[in-house]
Amino acid sequence: MKRIITATVNNSSGVLNRVTGMLARRNYNIESITVGHTENPAISRMTFVVVVDNQRSIEQVIKQLNKQIDVLKVSDITDESIMSRELVLIKVFSCPQQRAEIAAVINPFRATIIDVGKESVTVQVTGDQQKVEALIDLLHPYGIKELARTGITAVKRGHKVTNAEERVVLIN
Amino acid sequence: MSTKLRKKQAVASSEKQMMKGSKMLIEALKQEEVEVLFGYPGGAILPTFDEIHQDGIRHILARHEQGAVHAAEGYARVSKKPGVVVVTSGPGATNVITGIADAMMDSLPLVVFSGQVATSVIGTDAFQESDVMGLTMPITKHNYQVRDVNELPRIIKEAFHIATTGRPGPVLIDLPKDVSIETGLFDYNQEVNLPGYHPTIMPNKLQIRKLVEAVSSAKKPIILAGAGVLHAGASEQLLEYAEQQQIPIASTLLGLGAFPGDHELFLGMAGMHGTYPANMAIYESDLLISIGSRFDDRVTGNLEKFAPNAKIAHIDIDPAEIGKNVETQIPIVADAMEALKELINQNGVKGQNSLWNEELKHLKQEYPLWYKEDPEVIKPQQLIERIYEKTNGEAIVTTDVGQHQMWTAQFFKFKKPNRFVTSGGLGTMGFGFPAAIGAQLAEPKTPVIAFMGDAGFQMTLQELSLVQEMKLPIKLVIVNNSSLGMVRQWQQLFFEERYSNSLVPVQPDFVKLAEAYDIKGFRVDHVAHLDGAIEEMLAHDGPALIDFRVADKENVYPMVAPGKGLHEMIGVKPE
Repeated sequence: MKRIITATVNNSSGVLNRVTGMLARRNYNIESITVGHTENPAISRMTFVVVVDNQRSIEQVIKQLNKQIDVLKVSDITDESIMSRELVLIKVFSCPQQRAEIAAVINPFRATIIDVGKESVTVQVTGDQQKVEALIDLLHPYGIKELARTGITAVKRGHKVTNAEERVVLIN
Repeated sequence: MSTKLRKKQAVASSEKQMMKGSKMLIEALKQEEVEVLFGYPGGAILPTFDEIHQDGIRHILARHEQGAVHAAEGYARVSKKPGVVVVTSGPGATNVITGIADAMMDSLPLVVFSGQVATSVIGTDAFQESDVMGLTMPITKHNYQVRDVNELPRIIKEAFHIATTGRPGPVLIDLPKDVSIETGLFDYNQEVNLPGYHPTIMPNKLQIRKLVEAVSSAKKPIILAGAGVLHAGASEQLLEYAEQQQIPIASTLLGLGAFPGDHELFLGMAGMHGTYPANMAIYESDLLISIGSRFDDRVTGNLEKFAPNAKIAHIDIDPAEIGKNVETQIPIVADAMEALKELINQNGVKGQNSLWNEELKHLKQEYPLWYKEDPEVIKPQQLIERIYEKTNGEAIVTTDVGQHQMWTAQFFKFKKPNRFVTSGGLGTMGFGFPAAIGAQLAEPKTPVIAFMGDAGFQMTLQELSLVQEMKLPIKLVIVNNSSLGMVRQWQQLFFEERYSNSLVPVQPDFVKLAEAYDIKGFRVDHVAHLDGAIEEMLAHDGPALIDFRVADKENVYPMVAPGKGLHEMIGVKPE
């Protein structure tokens, strides 16, 4: 199963090495990892997508992360109300005649063409993993020349929304 | 000069002064009340060694860095203070890797200073450069590279704090040469501020109550005591709790001494070469309370067959150990001392386990550890048992790794804590001898006996020079079976007696070797001379090395074969 883990860490040299080294030597499989500093430049935030067999493994991942001195806080936010986003750049084979068609395909995904070459266009899409996967599937038949993904980054929603009624109240 | 006085003077002379990095290091060590350093000089660490020379702080010059780090481990295990190691860059640092990994596995507090090439050439493959940060990251509790001399006091203070609190462990500080020469502000009065490091000391009351209830309703409870009890200094509390609740106790290898080995509730060591009663008690128990042990595979055997009917309670200061190998119903993250105090205070209703205790008592009588004596050849178990008897079990004992280590764990009944120094988790051959040097320095007045195999001893025997120099009265007992005994045993049992590289036909003359270092040495090869030799050894006022020639094909029994459950022991009774 896939779990999304976030960790705030000291923004000190080698901390990424500490974290990824620990996950590798303890035999955990990381699907993606994103890192960047937070509103506080001394603190970075990491978002991992980890593939584990069971709940006990994910508990171990969290405990082992917490054990690192430079790791300040770890959360498994998979089951929380979260916003997760990934940015993907897709270079698609395209003759000039196909450009309009591709533009039409990507439009519902709120993706954009950010570069046009003689034989290709580059599409930028941002969204959760499902949306991104769906667009990649649609673009496959045209022939994908290159694909670059950032991996998922995620934050919890500002309010805990439990049902639609409360949501209406919140919006009003 | 008393340490307190030294510290006071150090404080007075060093408050917020400008000084060189190397001097800061020494001043910081004094503030931490460090009495002795173990190390070896070299290019990148020269400024620090110059300061050691000028200050006069005690430094033990090992003859190889591995000897230094194992000595520091032995010192830490016995004194319960951090062992401090100072080595140079490159090979100096890589030579302490084994010891650091060993300390990590066995939770020993070390603070290791490694010299490093100057910051300007880091990353250029400079002379004696190695990526010590990268090399030691997986085998330290934490490590630092000092990039600015003004950060050095804070880093050293944090290092000692991290090494000695929570679950102890090794911390390394990589010190580039230019940083140790630069001048900066020394301020050692800052508070340690580590937002990512807050070990949980006090137990959760709810979990304690759950455990008290579980004990009350248990019919077959057992405590598995590990080294965490020793690190917490909680032996007295363990004894009080076990007696209050009348719960039998098994110990891990590293936990030996946490509970008196001759107590009626004590079942012996558990695990691969543990006692039959201890392993059967774990297998059949309905409540297993692990205190400061980490369910190592050598303790549990096949996990699928481990304590199948037991509710598991696990007290550990390291939350990551709980649930790592064994699913736990009652997790208690706490210092063993605090958890035991709380359990004693609760004074819960005793379990219905008097029948169980009777059964185990019977099992203990029925299945004692055994070996067959021989009219001529000394049996290794006999050697260890006789030394145990002749020292009244009062000595500090270190071992190397292998058969003699298991026999020591079986036949030397440790009555007091911190008297047994052995390499458990990493199983480091070459550990026992230098560890004995550190142990003797920690307690100069207590007899120290190092049990070593003939092979392991040869891995670090260069430290004989240190024994000679310091006239340390260590007794070096070579349990000599002319082979890598444990390897040979496994080849006999699991590789159809193909003794690949485990029989050592050629050995040095250990007696002459001892004499070369001006150490009393003698050889004993007949059982008739065994007692006399042991008495002579113990009576000798100074270091002694005795080459005890023992039976060469003896196996360690009983045994849980790899992949088997604890209840599937072989060799529980003489054939």
